[in-house]
Amino acid sequence: MSQEEILAELAQIVNEIAGVPVGDITPEKSFLDDLDVDSLSMVEIATAAEDKWGIRIPDDDLKNLKTVGDAVNYIAKAGVAA
Amino acid sequence: MTRVLVTGLGATTPLGGDVPSTWDGLLEGRSGVRRLTYDWVADLPVQIGAPAAVEPTDVLDRVEARTLDRSQQFALVAAREAWSDAGFGDDVTVEPERLAVVVASGIGGVLTLLAQYDVLREKGARRVSPHTVPMLMPNGPAATVGLALTARAGVHTPVSACASGAEAIALGLDLLRAGRADVVVAGGTEAAIAPLPIAGFAAMRALSMRDVEPQEASRPYDKARDGFVLGEGAAVLVLETEEHARKRGARVYAALAGAGMSSDAYHVAAPEPTGAGAARALALAIRDAGLTPADIVHVNAHATSTPLGDVAEAAALRTALGDAVNTVNVTATKSCTGHLLGAAGALEAAVTVLSLHNRVVPATRNLDDPDDEVGLDVVRMSPRDLPAEAAALSNSFGFGGHNVTLAFRSHA
Repeated sequence: MSQEEILAELAQIVNEIAGVPVGDITPEKSFLDDLDVDSLSMVEIATAAEDKWGIRIPDDDLKNLKTVGDAVNYIAKAGVAA
Repeated sequence: MTRVLVTGLGATTPLGGDVPSTWDGLLEGRSGVRRLTYDWVADLPVQIGAPAAVEPTDVLDRVEARTLDRSQQFALVAAREAWSDAGFGDDVTVEPERLAVVVASGIGGVLTLLAQYDVLREKGARRVSPHTVPMLMPNGPAATVGLALTARAGVHTPVSACASGAEAIALGLDLLRAGRADVVVAGGTEAAIAPLPIAGFAAMRALSMRDVEPQEASRPYDKARDGFVLGEGAAVLVLETEEHARKRGARVYAALAGAGMSSDAYHVAAPEPTGAGAARALALAIRDAGLTPADIVHVNAHATSTPLGDVAEAAALRTALGDAVNTVNVTATKSCTGHLLGAAGALEAAVTVLSLHNRVVPATRNLDDPDDEVGLDVVRMSPRDLPAEAAALSNSFGFGGHNVTLAFRSHA
């Protein structure tokens, strides 16, 4: 799956959970500062991503996923490994 | 002493999604009780209830609603209606440090607790929602309302089973009298129509078994009553000091003149048969309001339609009011709404306020054959007019032996 495809799928998840318009969800955006996604919703997003891509995101990794781009890159790498 | 006024009302109930539709339903004598159609009811001994007339998710924003327990959703809907009904909004606000919230619940987020327990068992701990705790905690609805209205004078949650909603209003009165706030948004909420609560209440033999005639199952004071009908929803009152209300020219429904609370210390669930504890709450409320029994024109009774409870409350009313009980117009609106548990006291307080404001008492539905043991003048068949100047009481009692009476007066 390409980074663009991952971004599109991730944007759907973030929209579903946090209500952020899909168009606002771009790689440079910070989940917390730009998109107002709180820590509880980040846990939900991570769980949904785990289910979607069949990966596992440990808490130590999750806390480093500050931007949408961080998450897309992480999923792309983890997805390949999986 | 600081006078406290009721300046806003909000509700979402088995009769309607707001106050006007609920009030109209009561005046029409409609029943909110129906046969439950959820797939899980088949194995339950009781298959009727009084679900909310309007799904809260139909009126709340999807993203906002998805991290709120149903009890929080009800509370938010009712609080927003009350807030705007009181004339607050973008242009008229309350200083956050002078605004408090008291929203009670009898059971809290039990639907969330049960649903997430299913997730835990079926999918494991890592799939349990991170919103579980804020959704199931009993203070969740109060916190939700406090966040929505930016209340910083305190957010509180009294829990006293079916007296919770009334206790919230009594606590609101205390906060305003103590000078801890200028405005208190007070009420109760409950969302417990689920297999475990129904099975639990049924095991206590507290619920009506009249499954074949759902709309006739809630029949307070009737000889054929056999238990209460479980309802759900929320009701919220905006309480305000007279000074604050006057300064902003608020519309006033009625005055919250006093409150009385007592506890039975008799049995964890059964009512004290002579109604002595309830009579003390009644007497305390009347005195706290600066009234005498002869001033009381109307009582919105707790009357849940249980064989023992209705009679014990009647005894309490006779004890507390003496001869004056003969001229009191009593009604039991649970005959229409079912029993909203922790929201019941708040809903009935709102109904009592509307009865004074509109000068009319809704009739008790299904009272076909009055129980001789009750011996009260219960309004039935059709609503009854009230005088322009009147004082009224609303009773609420809860498992645990909690007794709460609220006293309201007309506000000219």
